[in-house]
Amino acid sequence: MGLAARIAASTLLLVPAAAAQAQGAPARYNLQTPVTGLAEQIHDMHTLMLVICLVIFVGVFGVMFWAVIHHRRSRGAVAANFHENTTVEIAWTVIPVLILLGMAWPATKTVIAMKDTSEADLTIKATGYQWKWGYDYLQGEGEGIRLLSSLSTPREQIEGGAAKGENYLLEVDNPVVVPVGKKVRMLLTANDVIHSWWVPAFGVKQDAIPGFIRDGWFRADKEGVYRGNCAELCGRDHAFMPIEVHVVSAEKYAAWVAEHREKAAGAAADEAREWSMAELMTRGEQVFGTICAACHQANGKGLPPTFPPLDGSQVVLGDKAGQIDIVLHGRPNTAMAPFGGALSDADVAAVITYTRNSWGNHTGEAVQPAEVKAGRNKS
Amino acid sequence: MAAVIPDPLDHHHHHAPSGLMRWLTTTNHKDIGTMYLIFSFVMFLSGGVMALTIRAELFQPGLQVVQPEFFNQLTTMHGLVMVFGAIMPAFVGFANWQIPLMIGASDMAFARMNNWSFWLLPPAAILLLGSFFVPGGATAAGWTLYAPLSVQMGMGMDFAIFAIHIMGLSSIMGAINIVVTILNMRAPGMAMMKMPLFCWTWLITAYLLIAVMPVLAGAVTMILTDRHFGTSFFNAAGGGDPVMYQHIFWFFGHPEVYIMILPAFGIVSQIIPAFARKPLFGYASMVYATASIAILSFVVWAHHMFATGMPAVGQLYFMYATMLIAVPTGVKVFNWVATMWRGSLSFEPPMLWATGFIFVFTIGGFTGLICAIAPIDIQIHDTYYVVAHFHYVLVAGSLFALFAGAYYWLPKWTGHMPSDRLGKLHFWCSLVFFNVTFFPMHFLGLAGMPRRIPDYALQFTDFNALATIGAFGFGLSQLIFLAVVVKCARGGKPAAAKPWDGAEGLEWTVPSPAPYHTFEEAPLVK
Repeated sequence: MGLAARIAASTLLLVPAAAAQAQGAPARYNLQTPVTGLAEQIHDMHTLMLVICLVIFVGVFGVMFWAVIHHRRSRGAVAANFHENTTVEIAWTVIPVLILLGMAWPATKTVIAMKDTSEADLTIKATGYQWKWGYDYLQGEGEGIRLLSSLSTPREQIEGGAAKGENYLLEVDNPVVVPVGKKVRMLLTANDVIHSWWVPAFGVKQDAIPGFIRDGWFRADKEGVYRGNCAELCGRDHAFMPIEVHVVSAEKYAAWVAEHREKAAGAAADEAREWSMAELMTRGEQVFGTICAACHQANGKGLPPTFPPLDGSQVVLGDKAGQIDIVLHGRPNTAMAPFGGALSDADVAAVITYTRNSWGNHTGEAVQPAEVKAGRNKS
Repeated sequence: MAAVIPDPLDHHHHHAPSGLMRWLTTTNHKDIGTMYLIFSFVMFLSGGVMALTIRAELFQPGLQVVQPEFFNQLTTMHGLVMVFGAIMPAFVGFANWQIPLMIGASDMAFARMNNWSFWLLPPAAILLLGSFFVPGGATAAGWTLYAPLSVQMGMGMDFAIFAIHIMGLSSIMGAINIVVTILNMRAPGMAMMKMPLFCWTWLITAYLLIAVMPVLAGAVTMILTDRHFGTSFFNAAGGGDPVMYQHIFWFFGHPEVYIMILPAFGIVSQIIPAFARKPLFGYASMVYATASIAILSFVVWAHHMFATGMPAVGQLYFMYATMLIAVPTGVKVFNWVATMWRGSLSFEPPMLWATGFIFVFTIGGFTGLICAIAPIDIQIHDTYYVVAHFHYVLVAGSLFALFAGAYYWLPKWTGHMPSDRLGKLHFWCSLVFFNVTFFPMHFLGLAGMPRRIPDYALQFTDFNALATIGAFGFGLSQLIFLAVVVKCARGGKPAAAKPWDGAEGLEWTVPSPAPYHTFEEAPLVK
């Protein structure tokens, strides 16, 4: 592959856009600048393929356009009468097979490398929700950290009420943080429909399939912020569930873990206490806005028939335990996913309180985190 | 209307009813072919309006024209309408008109079933398009209707499922008709290996249809029962698997791709020799290549699913098998170029379209090869690169070949020559705007723009704007075709029985326009 790679590399240099891209500008004509070994291999393989295809293309269409220009009736061309040539036909069957073998070899090596998720330094489970990502740090430094990561681009920017920021649609509230130079194994699953976790600079795209776990891996070689999108159509807000990964030094990562732990400990202590109605309503409105409003809408009217209204709903106005059960465990065969994994007891309590006391619903009842905890233990 | 007592001795007198009843009850392959072609063009225009709405929304970042729910309905319905409503019926229309004329048969083998195959389509189209107006709107799960998203959809999904059932039924009946016609009704002396290549490609396509349409019907029926009857085929909580849907769908879906391109290869293989005034190079190898492509199409389906996380061995197998398809496809392109080599070429509209087809379709072939490489596909799967790739093979492939065929056979169908000037204008506008629309999508996909999104990050702005401009240009260019056809049907320069001097085949031995009944006495092929 030595010569081919050199040809590929020199062709790349001839393309000024590719050179500009190497200096860190966002990708424009080519794959994004790779920051992992795998992405690098894919990038080079793509360049090589492109060069081979271009050479064949120029050859075949050189012949065709020669004929188009020179073998024209208007130029007095008289048609020959040949219509078979076994040697030529065998040649143009066998030679492409050989070229394909040459292409398959590097690709095979990369496929095998991509599938080797063994000996990871860090394992993170990503869960796709309609329409956000949840992350659980399962093993390695930071074990136990959980975060929910949703789009942070304000709605006004999308609807044209405000100027669009630099990272429009590629920014989230809680980014994933990983240490540089460490092998990170990603476990992928989903809560409702199929999503796909994709960070182009890492060369990782893996579908997140509800009820199953798949994996992939990356080892980022350069600190920085890398952005991607959900790649599998997952419903209305498919375009609005980006992925943001911060690759940081080992020290910064340790600091982030410590900070996160501290916050989590404080929050846990806070959760267990008795909450006032006002507190629950404020927190509930917040949770409803980030988690529930996408389907059930901010006005509680939903988008029937798939997403039923909560305003005046029998479930919301009925027994508390029933509603807690649905929020925690979802409703099979409907779009209502289980949120017990993604939300804390206080979040669930607050959001249920909020739905029972908003729009036309006036039950006046508050749900406490303890009740949610009891609901969890039941099943 | 006064009753007319038919003369029992006058067998050849034509008693078909007139007006609407003629079209409702006709069993004539030419009438049915015409209806298929008109139907597919109407669907092509409605799918086109959806595409232009999509492009209008994508002209700039932000949401301006439509909301995301409706955007997803549009992308889904654009795909379904174009695949099942426009491209497939158009090829069946060509088959109806041309196969009996090309093999010297008096009509299709099952003339009444032929009528039924066509008349199933309008109700299916009404179900499909009507689903926009039911509560919740049309299905928005993508044309592939992946579970569990499709299980979440509203009533529009059920409409789409029934529409697919009906269209599948129509396709299967049409395919059986074509197989039986070709196998049983060839004129004496028309050996299989003497058949025009268009008939060969359609024969193989018809077998593909019979094999895979029931698979699609099964897949969508499983969605239907998952939706309403408590089954869990695609629900892990009930022991099912969402990925199983993809396996079943693509077992249909990949052969489907060739169902839409093989007849196009056939049309182009008729036209290139006619305007090169030289026999088709490698006729036998063309037949074998077509058959190889068809057989390979059954064993490559999971290359649409590299990102689902198959085991390494699975990825490698599907990658190798897919790459292999490049060989017979390459053989076809080489054969066409060799046919043109040292010919006596002229570029009337059919030849322009056919040459354009080879050029632009081959670009789609190359990007297909790049997509076949599993690691590269991981990066470009579900991005605009794939959108660019399949529009290069479906628009520049299937659609361009359909136009080539239309210009080639319009004299036979109408008895008038289509306007040379307008035909050329249509070609050049389409070619330029097609590339302006779809070429930048390669860059968008490589740089990381996912497909099926109504809004995008700012670095994708300029190429999206360019693609939108191209799309409107391309859409408007198709009105030129409408003008050409209407003009040609109404009048114009009368066409000779054989209006293209290099054309070969039985269809050119009957007058233009082809009389209502042809080859009542089978011709003898030497």
